[in-house]
Amino acid sequence: MIRLPLVLFFSAVLFSTGVYGVLARRNAVLVLMSIELMLNAVNVNLVAFSQFWHDITGQVFALFVIAVAAAEVGIGLAIVILIYRNRETINVDEVNLLKW
Amino acid sequence: MVGAAETLSATAIGPGFARLAWVVAVLPLVSAALTLFFGKRTPGRGWIYGVAAMSAGFVLSVLVLWHFVQGGGAVGSSVTWFTIGPLHVEAGQYVDGLTAIMLIVVTAVSLAVHVYSIGYMHDDVRFTWFYVVLSVFTAAMLNVVIADNLIQLLVGWEVMGLCSYLLIGHWWEERINSNAAIKAFITTRIGDVPFMFGIFVLIAATGFHSANIQQVGELVGGPDVSRGLVSVAALLLFGGTIGKSAQFPLHVWLPDAMQGPTPVSALIHAATMVAAGVYLVGRMYSVFLHAAPEVLGFVGIIGGITMFGAALLALVQDDIKRVLAYSTVSQLAYMVTAMSVGPAGRDAAFFHLFTHAFFKALLFLGAGCVIHAVHSNNMSDMGGLWRRMPVTFWTFAFGSAALAGIPPLAGFWSKDELLVAASKGHAVVFTLMLVTALVTAFYTTRMVMLTFLGPYRGHGEPEEAPAVMTGPLVALALGTVSVGFLGAALTRGVFFKWVFFEVPEPVTFVLWVATLSILAAGLGVLAGWYVYRERPEPDPVFQLGWLSSVLVNKFYLDEVYMNGIVLPVRDRLAAAAVWFDRNVLDGMVNGTARLTKDLALGTDEFDRTVVDSAVNGVAQAAGFTGGLLRYLQSGNVQRYAAFLFVGVVVLAIVITRI
Repeated sequence: MIRLPLVLFFSAVLFSTGVYGVLARRNAVLVLMSIELMLNAVNVNLVAFSQFWHDITGQVFALFVIAVAAAEVGIGLAIVILIYRNRETINVDEVNLLKW
Repeated sequence: MVGAAETLSATAIGPGFARLAWVVAVLPLVSAALTLFFGKRTPGRGWIYGVAAMSAGFVLSVLVLWHFVQGGGAVGSSVTWFTIGPLHVEAGQYVDGLTAIMLIVVTAVSLAVHVYSIGYMHDDVRFTWFYVVLSVFTAAMLNVVIADNLIQLLVGWEVMGLCSYLLIGHWWEERINSNAAIKAFITTRIGDVPFMFGIFVLIAATGFHSANIQQVGELVGGPDVSRGLVSVAALLLFGGTIGKSAQFPLHVWLPDAMQGPTPVSALIHAATMVAAGVYLVGRMYSVFLHAAPEVLGFVGIIGGITMFGAALLALVQDDIKRVLAYSTVSQLAYMVTAMSVGPAGRDAAFFHLFTHAFFKALLFLGAGCVIHAVHSNNMSDMGGLWRRMPVTFWTFAFGSAALAGIPPLAGFWSKDELLVAASKGHAVVFTLMLVTALVTAFYTTRMVMLTFLGPYRGHGEPEEAPAVMTGPLVALALGTVSVGFLGAALTRGVFFKWVFFEVPEPVTFVLWVATLSILAAGLGVLAGWYVYRERPEPDPVFQLGWLSSVLVNKFYLDEVYMNGIVLPVRDRLAAAAVWFDRNVLDGMVNGTARLTKDLALGTDEFDRTVVDSAVNGVAQAAGFTGGLLRYLQSGNVQRYAAFLFVGVVVLAIVITRI
C-alpha cells in the first residue's frame, strides 16, 4: 500500500512538468501533450483520494476526465493540422496574429 | 334651454321647416366655400353656386314663413357654445314670424342681386371673389337674423361689417374706393364698440344668467334689475344702430360707400345690412321699454335729425347713387324714429323695413342699369332714357313712386302705418315725418326727371340692360307693388299677425292721416315736376344761397370729422404712437434681444471651453489608458497561459489565506 503523500508528491511533480511544457515548449504538439500530463496528474489525485476515502466517485470522475481529454486532444490536433496547412509551422509563438 | 322653445299650436305643416331655418343661413356659407374653391374652374366663373343657394334659401324661407302664416308658434333650438362661470352662452336659432319675414327679405334681395350681378359684374376681374364675399355676407346677415343670443348676433354683425368693407373696396385700384371702404369700416366700428359693451352691460345688469335674447328680454323687467344699468345698456346698443344703420352723426360713411359696385349698394347698403341696426332695436325692444323714457326720447331725436337732414342732403346730389344713399339714410331714420313712439311704432317700423328693402333694392338695381348704360353716376350725364331703357324706366318709376309714398304701392302703406303710430300723441314726430315725406317726394321726382326725362346729355348710345339684369328688376317691382297690401287695412294687417304673437293693435285706416300723407307726397311730386319740367340750368337746388352751400357741404360734418378727429388722430396721435413704438417698444424688444444674444454667446463659450474640455478629457484619458493596456494583448498563447497560472496561484493563495 503506497502512502498518500507520496502519491500527491508524484502528481505534483507530474503537474509541474505539464505546466513547464505548456509555458516553455514552442511545438504545439508538445504543448498538447503537456496538457495531457496536467490532466493525468489530476487523474492520479482523483484515484488516490478515492482510494484513501474508500469512495468510488473519484474513480468515476477520472474516467470522465480521460474521455474528455480524448475529445480535447482530437480537436487540438485537428487545429494544429489546420495551422500547419495555413502557416507551414506549428510553433505557437509564431501564431500571434490575434494581438493588439 | 330656450324659453319659448315649445310650439304654441299644432299646424298642418308643423314646425318642421321652421326648425330648419338654420339651413337657410348655412346654405350661403356652403356656396361661398364652393365658389372660393371651385368657382374659377366652373363655367360662368362660379355664380351658379350662389344663385342656387339663394334660390334654395328663398324657397325654404317661404316654407318657414308658411308655418307662421298658419299661426304656428316660435321655434328655438340651440347647443351650448361656451360657459363662463354662471354665464351659459349658446349658439342656436330663434325663429318667430319676424325672423321668417327677415329671412324672406334677405334671401329675396340677395337672390335678385346674385342674378343681377351676373350681368353687372360680367367683365370684372374679381368676379368669382365678388360672389364669394356676396355669399359670405348673406350668411352673416342670416346669422344675425336667426341668432338666439347676443354673442352670436355680434359675430354675424361684425362679419357683415367686414364684407361691407371688402365689397365697398372691391375696385380698390382707385384710391377713392379704398378710402371709402376704410371710412365705412372705421365709422361703423365706432358704433360697434358701444354695441359690444352694451351687450356686456346688459348681461351684467341681468345677473350673468344668459346672453339669450328672449331670456334677457324677460329678465330686464325683473324687480332687482337696475334701471340705470338697463338704460346705459340700451344707449350703448343704440350706438350699434347709429353706426350700422347710418344714423346721425355716424351716417357719413353710407354715401361714400356708394363707391362700391351697385349690386352691393342694393344688397348691403340699402336692403339688408343697414336695416340690421333697426332690426336690433326692435329685437331688443323690451330693453328700451324698461330703460328710462329719456332713452327712447334720444332714439327719437337722433332718428328725427337724421330723417330730415338726410332728406335735405338728397336734394342736392348729382350722383344718382348718392341720392339713393341719402334716401336710405332718411328712410332708416323713419324706422328709428318710429321705434321711439312705442310698440305700435316698432311694428310699423318693421313693416317699413320690409317694404323698403324691396323698393330700395329695386331703385339701386335700376340705377345700376342706368349707370351700366351711360357709364356715369351723374344725373347731369343722363336724361331722356325712358325711351331707350323702357323696362328700367317703368320698374324704376314704380320704385320711386313707392319711395315717394304714392298709393297703392308698398311705400305708401308702410309710411301710412308709421304716420298712424306717430299720430297718437307725438305731434312733433308726426309733423317731421310729414315734412320729410314731402321732401322725399320732391327729391325722388327730381331724380326720376333728371335721369329719364328731358333730352339725353351723355355720350354714346345707351341701351337697355340684358335680361339677366332686368329680370330681377321686374321681380322686385312685383314685390314693390304687392307687399304693401300685407300690412294694409284691406287685408286686416296680416303682416302684423305673422310677425308678433301678442295680439297686435288692429290696423285701422285713419282717413285724415292717409289724406295728409297723400297730400304731402302729391305736393312733393307736383313741386318736383313743376321745378324740373323745363330742366332749368343751373339746377335750382344749387341757387338757394347759404342753404345750398350748407347742403352741398353736407352740413360740414365731413370737414369737422376730418379736421377735428381724423387729422389730429393721424398726425398727432398716430405720430406719437409711432414714436413710442419705435423708441420705447422697439427699444425694449431690441434690448431683450441683445441681452439674450450676449447671454447665448457666454453660454456658448462656457460650453466650448469647460463642458467640451471635460468630455474630451475623459475620452482622452480612456484612450491613453487603453493604448497602454493593449500591449497585454500580445497574441502569444503561452503568455496568456502564464497569466492564467499566475492568476490561479494568486487566487489559491488568497482563498487559502481567508
